[in-house]
Amino acid sequence: MSVYKIHLTGVGGQGTIKMSTIIGEAAIKRGLNVVMSEVHGMAQRGGVVTTDLKIGDAHSPLIENGDADLVIGFEPAETLRSLPKVSEKTFVITNSARIVPFTVGLGLSEYPPVEQIISELKAKVKHLFVINAEELANKAGNIMSLNMVLLGAATAIPHFPIGKDEIIQAMKENLPPKTIEVNLKAFELGFKEVSG
Amino acid sequence: MNVFKILEAKENSKLFLLGNEAAVRGALESGVSVVSTYPGTPSSEIGNVFSKIAKAAHVYFEFSANEKVAVEVSAAAAASGLRSFAFMKHVGLNVAADSFMSVAYLGVNAGMVILTADDPSMYSSQNEQDNRIYARLANVPLIEPSSPQEVKEFMKYAFDISEQFHLPILFRTTTRVSHMRGVVETGKLVPPKEKGFFKKEPNKYVPVPQNSRRMHKELMEKMNKLAPLISESPLNKVFDFGNEIGVITSGGAFNYVMDVVKEYSLPVKILKLGFSHPFPEKLVLDFLGEVQKVVVVEEVEPIMEKEVLAIVGKYGLNNKIYGKLSGTMPRIYEYTPDIVKNGLFNTLGRKIEAKEILKPESAIPSRPPVLCPGCPHRATYYAVKDAIKELGLKDVIFPSDIGCYTLGIQKPYETADFLLSMGASIGTACGFAHATNQKVVAFIGDSTFFHAGLSALANAVHNEAKAVIVIMDNRTTAMTGRQPSLSEPVNGMGGEAPELSISDIAKAFGVKFVETVDPYNLHKTKEVFKRALQYDGLAVVITKHPCALITDAEKRKRNFWITFRINQDKCTRCMVCITDFACPSFFVAEDGSVHIDPLICDGCGVCTQVCPYNAIEVRR
Ligand SMILES: Cc1ncc(C[n+]2csc(CCOP(=O)(O)OP(=O)(O)O)c2C)c(N)n1
Ligand code: SF4
Ligand code: SF4
Repeated sequence: MSVYKIHLTGVGGQGTIKMSTIIGEAAIKRGLNVVMSEVHGMAQRGGVVTTDLKIGDAHSPLIENGDADLVIGFEPAETLRSLPKVSEKTFVITNSARIVPFTVGLGLSEYPPVEQIISELKAKVKHLFVINAEELANKAGNIMSLNMVLLGAATAIPHFPIGKDEIIQAMKENLPPKTIEVNLKAFELGFKEVSG
Repeated sequence: MNVFKILEAKENSKLFLLGNEAAVRGALESGVSVVSTYPGTPSSEIGNVFSKIAKAAHVYFEFSANEKVAVEVSAAAAASGLRSFAFMKHVGLNVAADSFMSVAYLGVNAGMVILTADDPSMYSSQNEQDNRIYARLANVPLIEPSSPQEVKEFMKYAFDISEQFHLPILFRTTTRVSHMRGVVETGKLVPPKEKGFFKKEPNKYVPVPQNSRRMHKELMEKMNKLAPLISESPLNKVFDFGNEIGVITSGGAFNYVMDVVKEYSLPVKILKLGFSHPFPEKLVLDFLGEVQKVVVVEEVEPIMEKEVLAIVGKYGLNNKIYGKLSGTMPRIYEYTPDIVKNGLFNTLGRKIEAKEILKPESAIPSRPPVLCPGCPHRATYYAVKDAIKELGLKDVIFPSDIGCYTLGIQKPYETADFLLSMGASIGTACGFAHATNQKVVAFIGDSTFFHAGLSALANAVHNEAKAVIVIMDNRTTAMTGRQPSLSEPVNGMGGEAPELSISDIAKAFGVKFVETVDPYNLHKTKEVFKRALQYDGLAVVITKHPCALITDAEKRKRNFWITFRINQDKCTRCMVCITDFACPSFFVAEDGSVHIDPLICDGCGVCTQVCPYNAIEVRR
């Protein structure tokens, strides 16, 4: 199998690393090799958190520009920041609910209207799925299940190399038992957004 | 993942482990008995895992006061016949260096591994020093794994070599290896020895000059005996994809080489060095006989490149060696697959097709890490700035230190002017106090204070530095993931421990002005700072309030969480809460009104004291 490359980007506290770990463990269940890189930076909260995952015969987890098969953006401005990873072949899933950093309030930077971000993404990305993951997570019962909404969406993407069963099994092994019900609901809501 | 899996997984299980987690499993499969560290990214998760599982694994584990103490604890264990493991971030080895150099002379009785996690490109560090140089400086063997699986396997090998040659082993990872997750196949756990016995042999263990002269000779003899074996070591491997050029590589850089060579089917022969000091001369000599052109791909200093050039010079070979010194590879920062691709293609004389890279056009907001909502450091900085403003002081110097509070460098606080290394806020405050007539206010965290601030504070007292030293006691080592600090009543294995009082220490040192205050009370804190700033001498102010992540966890447990809101009838849009206090919960809506995001608000309530119009109230 050729290597399948997933780039995730979000804001500290959104659960990007948890989601990546679940994908990785599910890949192992399917008998695939997997490598992943996490960036643990300065005080995590509020900073950008990205992870790269490569499933298949790869040694280094880093994904080069234009080389991702799938980009999952947990926040619209962060999806846009990761645009260099995208090329013709790339599928992109983006959350449309924004998180405004404090630099905007201080007048040190600006946050364009979400519609502008989405229309730029639409113009440049061939395979784009825009999801209000915040709304769906709330619908599932808890905003904290936002990452599982996006995981559901990812699992439904064509060519995604891991099955739904393996992902759900890995979710059960990685999430607190009390939260499984809500998280599974969130997962299904996300899955349906992409599979239709 | 449940970290207990690292301990409990049966032989031949496949786990998805971080390089750092694999180091723990590797040490457990080596029968390690004593483990010590001072936290530091990118090595921190090793300690976080040990602190949870050590008790169940019957291993002694401690968060030492600093890296030097950590190496000393492990060295004594190894001298007593127990396998020991000390680990730290790269700059931690600077702190430990004095003892580290001596351990090489004294040698060990049981395996001892010292792991250094280097940070090329400085994701969480003040420099990108390459600690492979320390292996040369101290004359100890150096092992460099490339993946989590190798971290685990090489760890076992390192313990064996250490024991066989009575030498400590330097085990070097980088951020990309420590923070890489990969599939790790487990081996058999080896139960630790419970207690050792120290056999007194002062001639062997006390490096007074007459002994150390002999010890240095013995060290060289051990390394000379080891050197020829490195060429045969299973940690060094050739991957043969062709003969057009050769690549010599190690550590994380090897991964990029492999991926590029495979993806573009390059006719390249790769020599991967997992055991790289003493440098395997015979192996490299043979390799140079097979390929004329060789690129050395390593992070960060051109260390192996110089070793290879030395072999070329020594034997009068005509090989061409490329790397950092030839300008083929970049001199600083970490490598990426594209950087390695460039280096290999250029050496092969191949052209790289330019790819079109998409670029965002809309403005993207910058998102630097910030002090958390509810962070006590924000309150401290706000109060200090307020006190300075009220007293009309100008040009106050803020020596800073390493921790979450270094984020005080950001607007609007701007309370970090000078920073060298851990503990240096107090040392440099002494210097500024004597060198200038400016007021000096130094900031240091509790963990950093115990790490390297104690002797600096003694210096400030004895050498009569007039300065304000602010010790920000948030009851933890927050920056690296909330490991217990010595001011907390818990030890590294979760047991009870004596709590050290910073206030008592300062008083015992002879500081006359010592005040402890809760920074959440802005008014009181400001008043304390005003007095400290007017005090003619050395003043110590301890701002004591737990890190917001600690209080968050407690609030979650008790299921008690309030948040605040802005009463729009009272708000005049003066913006003080945003421009001066800058809690990340505040945001301005498109109509210009100010709001608090209830999802971000921590409920600390400190902002209610900042608003001049009492517009901030509890959300109901
Ligand atoms: C020599 C050295 N060891 C370790 C580190 C990693 N490190 C960065 S900040 C910090 C400690 C922070 O604790 P504290 O001083 O209590 O401040 P806090 O983050 O809790 O505000 C550590 C251990 C380092 N930078 N240098
Ligand atoms: S982790 Fe704790 S000390 Fe660090 S910024 Fe957050 S609240 Fe402050
Ligand atoms: S109460 Fe005020 S200062 Fe505290 S976290 Fe909420 S908005 Fe920020």
